[in-house]
Amino acid sequence: MRSVTALVALLLAALMAVPATAQDKPRSGGELVFPVPSEPPSYDGHREETFGLIHPFAPFYNTLIRVDPNDPTGTKPAPSLAESWTVSSDGRTYTFKLLRGVKFHDGSEMTSKDVKASYDKIIFPAAGVASDRKGQYQNVEAVEAPDPTTVRFRLKFPQSSFLLSVASPWNFIYKADMLAKDMHWYEKNIMGTGPFTFVEHVKGSHVVGKKNPNYWDKGKPYLDSFRAVFVRDSAAQVSLIRGERAHIQFRGFSPKERDTLKGALGDKIRVQESPWDCILMVAINHDKKPYDDKRVRRALSLALDRYAGSKALSQIAIVKEVAGVQVPGTPYATPPDELAKLAGYGKDIAAARAEAKKLLREAGVPDGFAFTFKNRGVPMPYEPLAIWMIDQWRQIGLNVKHEVVESAAYYDQVLRPGNFDVAMDFQCGYIVEPDLDLYKFVSTDKNPSNYSRYTDRTLDDLYTKQGRTQDVEERKRLIRTFEKRLLDEEAHYLMTLQWHRIIPHSAKVKGWQVTPSHYLNNTLDVVWLTE
Amino acid sequence: MWKYVIKRFFLMFPTLVGVAIIAFLLLRIVPGDIVEARLMGSGGAFVTAQMIAEERAKFGLDQPLWRQFATWLFDLARFDFGRSMWTGAPILEEIKLRFALSLQVALMATIVATVLAIPLGVIAALKQDTWVDYAVRVFSIAGLAMPSFWLGIVIILGFLIVFRWLPPMVYTPFWVNPWQNMLQLIWPALAVGYRYSAVATRMTRSAMLEVLREDYIRTARAKGLWMKLILVRHALKNAMLPVVTVIGIEFAFLLGGLVVTEQVFNLNGLGMLFVESVARRDYTLTQALVMLTASAFIIVNFFMDVMYAWLDPRIRYR
Repeated sequence: MRSVTALVALLLAALMAVPATAQDKPRSGGELVFPVPSEPPSYDGHREETFGLIHPFAPFYNTLIRVDPNDPTGTKPAPSLAESWTVSSDGRTYTFKLLRGVKFHDGSEMTSKDVKASYDKIIFPAAGVASDRKGQYQNVEAVEAPDPTTVRFRLKFPQSSFLLSVASPWNFIYKADMLAKDMHWYEKNIMGTGPFTFVEHVKGSHVVGKKNPNYWDKGKPYLDSFRAVFVRDSAAQVSLIRGERAHIQFRGFSPKERDTLKGALGDKIRVQESPWDCILMVAINHDKKPYDDKRVRRALSLALDRYAGSKALSQIAIVKEVAGVQVPGTPYATPPDELAKLAGYGKDIAAARAEAKKLLREAGVPDGFAFTFKNRGVPMPYEPLAIWMIDQWRQIGLNVKHEVVESAAYYDQVLRPGNFDVAMDFQCGYIVEPDLDLYKFVSTDKNPSNYSRYTDRTLDDLYTKQGRTQDVEERKRLIRTFEKRLLDEEAHYLMTLQWHRIIPHSAKVKGWQVTPSHYLNNTLDVVWLTE
Repeated sequence: MWKYVIKRFFLMFPTLVGVAIIAFLLLRIVPGDIVEARLMGSGGAFVTAQMIAEERAKFGLDQPLWRQFATWLFDLARFDFGRSMWTGAPILEEIKLRFALSLQVALMATIVATVLAIPLGVIAALKQDTWVDYAVRVFSIAGLAMPSFWLGIVIILGFLIVFRWLPPMVYTPFWVNPWQNMLQLIWPALAVGYRYSAVATRMTRSAMLEVLREDYIRTARAKGLWMKLILVRHALKNAMLPVVTVIGIEFAFLLGGLVVTEQVFNLNGLGMLFVESVARRDYTLTQALVMLTASAFIIVNFFMDVMYAWLDPRIRYR
């Protein structure tokens, strides 16, 4: 009898699975509409910094390789214009084999000459040509195009992050002839190999792209077109999705906005969430007393009850996960149990605060010691995090004043000149990769955007070693050692909470996977609409 | 009359130069610049001091202030507004894109306000302290008390919750599709026009009350003139002086000042452009927009002055 019941259950499950499978088969057609909260200054991905460029303009381009659009960690390299690649045994030469028959939107063929010209522009820009991320490719000695379908990168030394850095969503492949005529051509014009061709951009209003009928990946894209509408106000963005005028906003909404949409639209909304590769951290000025004393810095970290903070703040702000130097859930992130061993990450907050008070006493910092915490004038999530930390520090006898400085002046007037004792600092990445994420923390003479202003050769050495090793386990060990020194032993910087990305989108949108980066997965070739 | 008009016309130029100096200096006093806004978006871990210096040099921000000002003023005198520091596009192009929308909303709001305010203000004055007057007062005070952006949010939410409908997201020029154009712009025009009408209604009512107590109105009535004629020819014409001022100034303000309403209705107008250019420290664009708004105020004031002289001939003889 039991076996018959099981058989019936299996049959029912199979029957129910049929429509689900049909539902999950990509459907062609439709227009994806999405609001974009920011608009870029130019169309050139090699020089811009804003997601306002990636969201509406990435669908017109391809990159050499990409991040696998189905990988929720956003860290797995996948083929794009390069169908395969090999790495030499010494780790210094990367050879990419390009697809044949890929055409630019003007009908010309894409070859290794175009890839070389694009990367030369990024890595070795001519005078007067801006390339915002050239610093990330300092290790590249040369880019070569030995034949039309082969591109070779020669490195000065092995670099384990190199492959992912080539998957950067910013590195659009441009047409060499256009660049040869005018290196600035792509700042004002659009012409790539991507799944969509450019229709129009009305400044301040919208961008429209239509399906590229000659796209090299046959059968894709699924959408007929997309329309990106520039909408600055987040309430207006929510209204557009609530009114079913738009399908998705790719950057993210607050917990309250998610709840509003879910409450209003129920099953018509699907919510995808992920830890976000952005974090607010606390820079502690080593040039000023008593912050040159690591006991004081450790005390500041020990005072923070990050787990309780996570519970409370994740209800009202775009932060959630307790994290070290890597986004939780990604390949090099420290497991929670191990993280809990670091100063300020323990579960016994009473003991941590007792130790913090003891350290402050030993360092000669009196009870009621006052300092000013400088913060950037951006409400979300800077403000709630600062209020939370000030309250935490009060609980170890510190009296902290909150001073908010206008956003556009913050780096120039506060962080860069070291005009602070303790201040909020920020980092946001396009791919979770230790080489990119840890560079911030090398000594200030090597990286001036280390605003805690310290020199720590041990950290510098660990950074170099983790970047050059080819052994994943060894790299993990080196990163853990780096993290322990940075956040615990020396407490050079304090991490607050990892940002949390919340994407409530129309249930009609399929084929799009949230990742920790709001710069990824915007080519839209695999996205489709159920109706 | 012509002497008066010419004198008023030439008075506009020193005012514009004063505005130019203030706009230029105020922007430089505010800390931060476009290079910071552009490069530090993701925290700037890989941004070097050299990159910052190169970008500043590109925009001429490394030059002394007096030279930056002189260059700008010289270009301005030749009607060369330059290029936006943010997009690199000619400023006139940036403004032209948004001007039609802002002008249309301002005109529509002015029509809404005028159509509501003048009859209501006159009726309220004529029926002073009756229920009609009280009703008009409640209507106008409510308009003053409600910010237009709040009314805009209520309109949007009302449509969204009750009708599951939203106005179009993208601007369509009137001559391309009048229906789509109206569907998008009528709501902000109503939201803004209502508040605008409240100001004008109050002004019309009090000006009419004052004029109706004048000796010449009493004389006209004593002579047995028709009440309609007294109202239109004698009372309303004289009461219009302050009303015209209010309508004119509000109109000039609407051209560049509908920041929050534009945000609520997602309108690609001059107000939003203004806010974004200030936030990005786009000096050239902000300066051009300040000059444009100031010019609108000054030109509207000029026409107001001319209209005063037409409405009240005594003014031109002073």
